[in-house]
Order: sequence, then C-alpha cells, then structure tokens
Amino acid sequence: MRQPDGSSALLTTRLEAMLAWSRKNSLWPLPFGTACCAIEFMSTVSSHYDLARFGAEVVRFSPRQSDMMIVAGTITDKMAPVVKRIYDQMAEPKYVVSMGACACTGGFYRAYHVVQGVDEFIPVDVYVPGCPPTPEALIEGIMMLQDLIQRGETQYDRLKS
Amino acid sequence: MTVSNPETAAGLPVAELLPESDKLEIEIGPDGFVEITVDRSRVIEVLRALREHPELDCDLLLDICGVDYPDREHRFEVVYHLASLGADHRFRVNVPLTEDDPNIPTAYGIWKAADWFEREAWDLFGIGFEGHPNLRRILTHEAFQGHALRKDYDPEQRWLLTETETMAPEWATENVESNDDFETQILNLGPSHPATHGTIRTVVQLDGEVITRAECEIGYLHRCFEKMSENHGWNEVIPYTDRLNYCSSMINGVGYSLAVEHMLGIEAPPRAQAVRLILSEFSRLMDHAVCLGANLVDLGALTNFWYFFQPREEIYGLLESCAGGRLTVSYTRIGGLAHDVPADFEERVRYLLGYIPKFIDDVDKLITGNRIFRDRTEGIGVLSAEEAVAWGWTGPCLRACGVPYDLRRVRPYLGYENYEFDVPVATTGDCYARYLVRLEEMRQCLRIIEQAIDRLPGGPVITDNHHVALPPKSKVYSEMEALIWHFKLIYDGIKVPAGASYFATEGANGELGYYIVSDGTGHPYRIKVRPPCFAIFQAYPHMLEGHLVSDSIAILSSLNIIAGELDR
Repeated sequence: MRQPDGSSALLTTRLEAMLAWSRKNSLWPLPFGTACCAIEFMSTVSSHYDLARFGAEVVRFSPRQSDMMIVAGTITDKMAPVVKRIYDQMAEPKYVVSMGACACTGGFYRAYHVVQGVDEFIPVDVYVPGCPPTPEALIEGIMMLQDLIQRGETQYDRLKS
Repeated sequence: MTVSNPETAAGLPVAELLPESDKLEIEIGPDGFVEITVDRSRVIEVLRALREHPELDCDLLLDICGVDYPDREHRFEVVYHLASLGADHRFRVNVPLTEDDPNIPTAYGIWKAADWFEREAWDLFGIGFEGHPNLRRILTHEAFQGHALRKDYDPEQRWLLTETETMAPEWATENVESNDDFETQILNLGPSHPATHGTIRTVVQLDGEVITRAECEIGYLHRCFEKMSENHGWNEVIPYTDRLNYCSSMINGVGYSLAVEHMLGIEAPPRAQAVRLILSEFSRLMDHAVCLGANLVDLGALTNFWYFFQPREEIYGLLESCAGGRLTVSYTRIGGLAHDVPADFEERVRYLLGYIPKFIDDVDKLITGNRIFRDRTEGIGVLSAEEAVAWGWTGPCLRACGVPYDLRRVRPYLGYENYEFDVPVATTGDCYARYLVRLEEMRQCLRIIEQAIDRLPGGPVITDNHHVALPPKSKVYSEMEALIWHFKLIYDGIKVPAGASYFATEGANGELGYYIVSDGTGHPYRIKVRPPCFAIFQAYPHMLEGHLVSDSIAILSSLNIIAGELDR
C-alpha cells in the first residue's frame, strides 16, 4: 500500500477476512426462478436496477459455477427434489437467498402440492419478503448476505464450524 | 335466466342436427352456450356430430374439466366446452358419471386437444378416459395419492416426492436393442435449464442431433389455484388469478371479474371499464415484450432483452402508481376497480405512448431483417392452421398460422367493438411468423390505448350495487343503511346466483376462459381456468420431431409458455 509521501506500507489482515471480502463482492448467482419472482429477478439484473453494482451480475445457470442460489418463486413438491439436487451440486462455499413469500413460507398457497418454505430441505441465509419483492428488496437481501459473509455468519460458516 | 329453446339454439336447429336428440337435454345456458346433457354411452356420438356436421362445425375444443358434486346421485360431471371458429357459436356438453364407475370414452380421436385436458381430469378427479393413449398424472407428482380436486380431499394434505427418476417416461428408461450401428441417446431438458424458463421439462430422444421423439413433463409449478379458489371468497380469488400469467397479471384479474359480473348480471362503471382496457393492453404489450425478449435471449440476441425491459420498467411504474404493486397488481374488484387511478394517470399514459414506440422500432430494425435470426426461425416449428385448431391453439400463435381469430374482435367485451385496431395475421406458422405477429400486436396495443385515453370517461370506478361492492367508508360511519350493507357484505360475502357459466377474454397468449360453478354461497364452488398455454404446449413435443436440439429452444420460447398459467 502506497502512502501519501510515496513510501510503501504494510496492511495486515486475517486470511479469512480477506477471503470473505473477496467472496462477498463476487457473488455469482444461480437463479432458481420458477414463477412471478423470477420476473422481478430479471428486472433486478436488467439495466434499470443493475445488480452489477453489487458485484453479482454474472448469472450462471450451472450450479458448478455459482455460489449464491436465489430461489425465486413457488417450489412445489414435484420440484423439491430438483432444488435439492441443484443445491447439492453447487461447490462450497455456497449461500441461499429465498426470494418471495412462496419460497420463504409457501406464501398464500397453503395447499396440497406446495412446499411450505424451502428451508424444509435446504439451509437459507436470507429471507426476502414480498409477493413478489421489489428489486430494491432483493438488492437489500443480497447486501445483507454480503454482511453475513463478511462477518462469517452464514449457514455455510455455521455448518462448517 | 335459463331459456329452454332447443329448437333454434344458437340460431341452429340443434335438435334436428344431432342424432336421436329426443334423448338429450338441450337448453341455452346463461352465458349463451348451447348446453347439452348426455349419457356417457352416447357422448362420443354426440361430440363427433358436433365436430363433423357442417352446420355445427365445432372445430375448437376449448376445455375439458371435471366437477365434483358429492351430494348428487351422479357424483361427477365431465364438462366439454366447444367453439366453432367459422360460425360463431359455442357448445357445452355435460356428462354425469357415478362414483362407482367414473369412466368415459376419450375424445382424443376427435380433437387432439383432448390429450392433456383429459389427463388433467384424471389427475385431479380420478375420471378415467377409456382409450386415452397416455393416461398418466400430469400436474401432481408420481408419489401423489388420491385426486386433489375432489371435495373430500383435504387442501393441505401433501405427499412428498423423493425420487426424481420415477418421472421419466417409460420409453426413455427401457433398453432399446439397436439393430444398426447408430445408437439413440436420451437427453433431459429441464426443469432447471436456462432456456426452459424454470419449470418445464422435456425428455427427448436423439439420433445424432435430430430429435426423434419427445415428451413433456409439466406440473412443476402446480400451485393448486383451483383448490385454493374454492375456500376463498369471490373477491379473494383475484390475487390468485394475478399469479396465473404473471407477465400480464391485469388481464387475468379483468377476465375473472368480468366472468363473475356476468353471473351477477351487473356491469362495472364506464370509467372502470376504460381503465381496465388501458391497463390490459399495457399488460399485453409487456407480455409480448417478455416473450420476444426471452425468445431473442435464447437465440443469443441479448441486447433486445435490455431494449424491451426499459419500457417494461416504465409500465411497471404506471401500474405501481395505480395499484401499489408492480407485477401482481390485484387492481380489479368484482364490480369495478379497487380505487381510482392517480390524478396524473392521463399524463403518464400519454408519456408512455410517446416513449415506447422507439424501443419497438429499435428491435424491429435490429432483428426483423437479421440474417442470423431469420435462419434460426424461418421454417422452424411450423404448424398448419388445421393442426393448430385441432390442438386447441388460440391467440397470437394461432394467428401466426393464418387464422384471424381474436376474441376482442369476435366476441367483444369491455367495449372493444368501439376501437379501431387490426388483428395481425401471418401465414407461415413458424417461429418467425409468431415473432412478427407479436411485434405488430404491440403496436396495435398502443393504438387502442391512444383511443381509449382520448375518451377516458369520468365518474365512479366501482359499482354502487352494495350486494357486490362495499359502500364508501365515510358513509359507513355516518349512515345506518351503509353500515348494514358493509356488515352483510363482509359477513356473508358476495352471493353469486347458483349456476354454471363460462366467460372468456383474449389473454396475451390466447383465449383465457373461466368456467365458474356457483352454489349460491359466498365462495366459488368450482373455478376452472382454461389456460391458453396448456392447449398450446401440448403440441410442443409433437412439433419437435425432426428438429435439432437448438431448434427446440427457439420453438419453446416462441410459444410463450408461462408456467403459472400452464400448471396453475
């Protein structure tokens, strides 16, 4: 690091902190979009809201290349095994954002074919409420996840320790 | 309201045209449908006559659904909705079935469209269709027990699925002994695949890169809309309808409200009608923008997606200022609108009318003559007009096959007969034709909106019939009568007269119909949605045969399959 007078100085930090800092600013989302929320996710990554400002614009549909799963939309019992398998295929460390009322709790579909919250079978870091949440709400959720990563308090960190 | 006039039903001597009609009950329903009740032993004979008689000519099978009446001697009823594209008349055929033997011959031989509709009735009601080529569950999963829309099925009873493998079609798992050196390969597209829009699964058999056989699995977004609507009040169903086709949610809510208003025999005030029309047309425009944007992304043209999303954001802004919600607006109520539009509504609409055409023109200039795009779409996914009708297609996809059928023109509602607009039609029936039709329809939407905003009437936006709509809050606090109306409406709900009625509007994808059965209480007894996607998508696996894998992506996105509406 260069000081104002031109001499160089050292900056010390823990390796974990530096890793967390780099991880939180290069989240690659895997949009598991099934329903209405997926349309708002599309708005979030589009030019108007531009998720790229938070370092999370590299949308990857391959679980092997992404580290933040955004479950956007209602998950049904028929879909549940697919979500689980995709989550299992993601490389660690991996984080989950549950977007919208349906993914969080089943929403107003209290019904025979709807999972009442994806945390029935995968660990969730951030729940974003709304039906569907606005893009601002999703961005806030992602910023909360960044905080959790920096503090080392994500579900992944907890399961590891 | 039912008028028994079988002599001249729909202007036709129906009784004379059908075989042995003295044993049929024929009457005219409150919705203008000719209703025929027939025993199952004769149903195929009657359906075939309706299809093949040149004067009856019911070439479009709109819907097949079941209804469960546990208290009746014949517990189940299978209801067919038929339409004639040439002569504008519509038929409903009711077939009662007993609980002990709920089986009926299949209509697949008459209309191909019966395929999935019959599977759905089997899945949700347990009605067997004898002779159906592939009578498997369609919306619920393999591990599901029972039939969910029967009245004695608990709405919250879930069944967990653990094995994904069980859902592959039989032909994909069996070992085929190859008799030559070329092996076929099974490929699974979706449901988690960027180009299948999240919830659609297609299993294809490949010979090299050519698809030789395909089958679709749907139901990954089956959210039980129809069951949910049965235990909610009439107005409480509106948020659920918004989530059918979430790309154009306003149209669904308007369609549902109109259907219930028809049953009640009321009409929303002119201002409410005009606002519904304007926002419906904006929603149609947005829906087409998403469809084309996604279609072009799937073909590698990402720029256009951004072009189309910018005007969408602006339209969202308009919807948000009216309803409070961006995507799922829940703005209509039975009898009108939730509240009036904001003061600057007209100004905002006029701004959008000037703002949007540039984006449509940009995409037009960039894509319509583009060599790569044309090579990828021309001659791909062709369906002839006859086949499209046989599969039950409606909407832009049907019009791209050369059939100029648009409900806004043929059976106008919301005063569409008073507006000038063209119904764009293409003839080739391929992906390129579907693109052209949608692009032109977007311009027509703007044309309709322009006329509507010029003559936007003033006045209230909700009916003053207090059997249906709450009186204003100020009156509830100051007038005894208003208080009583308020109490009764909150306590009892809207009382829709007992009976069954079908009402359809032109959704962004085609004919969006609601078949509503009321038993006179504050809840719907049964609501069946006729989703346009469902009929369109069942032709998809058949269209794939002989195409390349990459073409399957182009075809899928050109059909605009919205899972919320497909699976409900």
